[in-house]
Amino acid sequence: MKAAVIVFPGLNRDRDMIAALTKIGGEKPAVVWHQDADIPEADLIVIPGGFSYGDYLRCGAIAARSPIMDRLRERAAKGTRVLGVCNGFQILIEAGLLPGALMRNNSLKFVCREVKLEVTNAETDFTRGYTKGQIIRCPVAHHDGNYFADAETLNQLEGDGRIAFRYAEGTNPNGSINDIAGILNEQKNVLGLMPHPENLIERAHGGDDGRALFAAALKQVA
Amino acid sequence: MTLRNDIAITPDLVASHGLKPDEYQKILDLIGREPSYTELGIFSAMWNEHCSYKSSKKWLRTLPTKGPRVIQGPGENAGVVDIGDGQAVVFKMESHNHPSYIEPYQGAATGVGGILRDVFTMGARPVAAMNALRFGAPDHEKTRHLVSGVVAGVGGYGNSFGVPTVGGEVEFDARYNGNNLVNAFAAGLADTDKIFYSEAKGVGLPVVYLGAKTGRDGVGGATMASAEFGDDIEEKRPTVQVGDPFTEKRLLEACLELMQTGAVIAIQDMGAAGLTCSAVEMGAKGDLGIELDLDKVPVREERMTAYEMMLSESQERMLMVLHPEKEAAARKVFEKWELDFATVGKTTDDLRFRVLWQGDEVANLPIKELGDEAPEYDRPWVEPKIPAPLARDDVPQMDVAEALLALVGGHQCSSRRWVYEQYDTLIQGNTMQRPGGDAGVIRVDGHETKGLAFSSDVNPRYCEANPFEGGKQAVAECWRNLTATGAEPLAATDNLNFGNPERPEIMGQLVKAIEGIGEACRVLEFPIVSGNVSLYNETNGRGILPTPTIGGVGLLPEWTQSVGIGFVAENQPILLIGGPAERGTHLGQSIYLRDLFDRRDGDAPHVDLAAEKKTGDFVRKLIRSGVATACHDLSDGGLGVALAEMAMAGDMGATVTDVEGNDPVLTFFGEDQGRYLVTLNLDPQGPEIVALWKEAEAQGIFAPWIGSTGGTTLTLGGAKPVSVATLKAAHESWFPSFMAGEPSH
Repeated sequence: MKAAVIVFPGLNRDRDMIAALTKIGGEKPAVVWHQDADIPEADLIVIPGGFSYGDYLRCGAIAARSPIMDRLRERAAKGTRVLGVCNGFQILIEAGLLPGALMRNNSLKFVCREVKLEVTNAETDFTRGYTKGQIIRCPVAHHDGNYFADAETLNQLEGDGRIAFRYAEGTNPNGSINDIAGILNEQKNVLGLMPHPENLIERAHGGDDGRALFAAALKQVA
Repeated sequence: MTLRNDIAITPDLVASHGLKPDEYQKILDLIGREPSYTELGIFSAMWNEHCSYKSSKKWLRTLPTKGPRVIQGPGENAGVVDIGDGQAVVFKMESHNHPSYIEPYQGAATGVGGILRDVFTMGARPVAAMNALRFGAPDHEKTRHLVSGVVAGVGGYGNSFGVPTVGGEVEFDARYNGNNLVNAFAAGLADTDKIFYSEAKGVGLPVVYLGAKTGRDGVGGATMASAEFGDDIEEKRPTVQVGDPFTEKRLLEACLELMQTGAVIAIQDMGAAGLTCSAVEMGAKGDLGIELDLDKVPVREERMTAYEMMLSESQERMLMVLHPEKEAAARKVFEKWELDFATVGKTTDDLRFRVLWQGDEVANLPIKELGDEAPEYDRPWVEPKIPAPLARDDVPQMDVAEALLALVGGHQCSSRRWVYEQYDTLIQGNTMQRPGGDAGVIRVDGHETKGLAFSSDVNPRYCEANPFEGGKQAVAECWRNLTATGAEPLAATDNLNFGNPERPEIMGQLVKAIEGIGEACRVLEFPIVSGNVSLYNETNGRGILPTPTIGGVGLLPEWTQSVGIGFVAENQPILLIGGPAERGTHLGQSIYLRDLFDRRDGDAPHVDLAAEKKTGDFVRKLIRSGVATACHDLSDGGLGVALAEMAMAGDMGATVTDVEGNDPVLTFFGEDQGRYLVTLNLDPQGPEIVALWKEAEAQGIFAPWIGSTGGTTLTLGGAKPVSVATLKAAHESWFPSFMAGEPSH
């Protein structure tokens, strides 16, 4: 199963993501520079975290308007799995691939700590390695992860099983509405989440709760 | 020689450049004429304290800087130390004190940016950062504002750049009220055969400017950093630079990519005094002249003068000497990263530093002399007055359990979580021990088993009382913190923060502290490979506490053998390794005295370096043998606070005995040096532990079994038990409630 990672200038968790995909998938993903004309054939396309364009406008806003995002939109529409983590999630929202908005954390401060996540929907291509309601550990590291959507959108997300992960056990680090940590698009082939599962995949990280997400996302569809 | 000069040189102008009359005379003697305005600016930049080390050089030379693993000692952008397998760790610590007081966010941010640049200039990818921060008293009106701005600035830059912050220090003391300290450390990894230096080689080669454009920000910054603060401090805000971590991140990637192409002959980042220092450094080191054409310099402001361009401290800029045939390939790399790339000059064989602007020559100076002939002073100094030791029976009494709770919940020993959670501590996916323990630990990217440990330490209270012992202690504590993770301490960087060296008592502190640092580094085989000196840390004539911060790096051959500070399992024996049989005897300059009795008397604890080395080597061996399950060194607050920290980190209690005939206050809060707490996965009655004691005894190391882990409370001898939850609540609440402005502070 082939993976590709799109890199914009200013992203800085691209190396972490490439390492996780390589270790779990057994194959180094293709690395796509934002100025490349197209995305190579891939079953999973990932936008990693960081500070694309320094987050100097709204987080993700500049990268979302990059030509490579049109290619990504075409692939997503065809059903290719797309994963956006942290800044990648912000970019997917700014590009209109996922609904809602990510606002500044309610503390108004950057926060890096470990939180608990509840797997809200375990029947997606990304979350099959978990069970519904399972609580996993996962680190966060962001300044703008406070998810918000209007009531109608929230109802759709909640009603259609499009909340993939919620912050659990009172560990919501940013004030996200309904404790939302990660959401899916309507077809459930696009997942965006603020936490960093790529930083909790092996013994050196002190745990591997994030591993199952990549193992599932990299698994061939039967 | 006549140069274009638009501004008359007057004694006032000379003085406002921080140059003393005799220093100006030296300039006149050196060049045989009056300097142009641009030249005066160049001299002031090269000859100020910050760039020339004119007050400290004589003493810095006495520090040990060599060792079997040292590839590059002081004098380059950062020190380089061999970690085996063709890999090297490249690191340095540098202060950004004055800018951070004037403008906390940008001052701290650009401090982080500067030190990161020092590291990647040498071809290393930054892999770890630390920050030693010192602020005024918590109740001082500016402290909260400064803490909030500095911490946000450190995080704002480092997080965006993408380096994990793995350690550091935060302290408060009224002596930093008008002059906080921001000491930024960074370390990177490089291949030993791909280290890049600043020495230019070859005549007629292009000098290339890379990175961000030049603006007026920071003009005169290095001169500002070499002056005392007065009440006009607010007027100096324009001398603080503005950081752009996005550009720095691109500059990092572009530089590393460029270095791969083989195009780079020499590279120097533009730090203090920007274009001036970097160009002079590259030329002087290579015995070459440099000619710069300022009309080619990318600028972001209109009508900048030669003077402003030469002294601008705009951030995220580099100067390189490139192989001419690879210039085009190099340009391509920088265009990919959308950074400026301009050939702004060339190397020459005439040993002159020539600056052209609008077709005129505005500076023409002897390049070697600009650096080599900088004034050097043997400033008068007086032997510091060491306070009398505390009388043996002078032990102010307090309930041990209450004292412990007050200390772990006080400003000195409380948790720094509020601070380090604003730093990305996990990025790059190699962090194994985050801030909050003895040292930060990362694994070495690309190697199966190797890890690196980092710690930053100094105890300014000790240095104030006894600069020599304080200097020793700073080194010993850093070495000890690295050892406590199982690492072998390799080398250190020093960041010496002191007051006005023109006052003999301050100079005395500097001299004795350096002497202490040197002695400790020699005995512990822990050379100083890079560093920085920050003097004139005074406001309205009052100096800061002498603060020689030591940043150390240690190597773990097998990261799986490393231990943390938290208790890991119930019923494990706790050994106190090192120190005197009474366990605690020294209360002078302790946190117990200062924070509970408002007393700052007595001598600093002395460090027995031979015992330090022996004890540390014993502990490290124990950790690596796999029998140690946790280890923590004893520092502020002594045995009591160290036990509490292990209990809180492991969420597990312990019961520890008193020492018969010793005052429990001394036992639990004495700050005797050279001690560690270790928990073992051994039966306390079994033969292995007996063998261990025999070995300790043979080496003359005191290693008593003082208690065992387990339960939910911490019991210190006859004192009433304190629940770990109560300790944690006190420990975690001080910082957030202080920053929220709650009235108890």
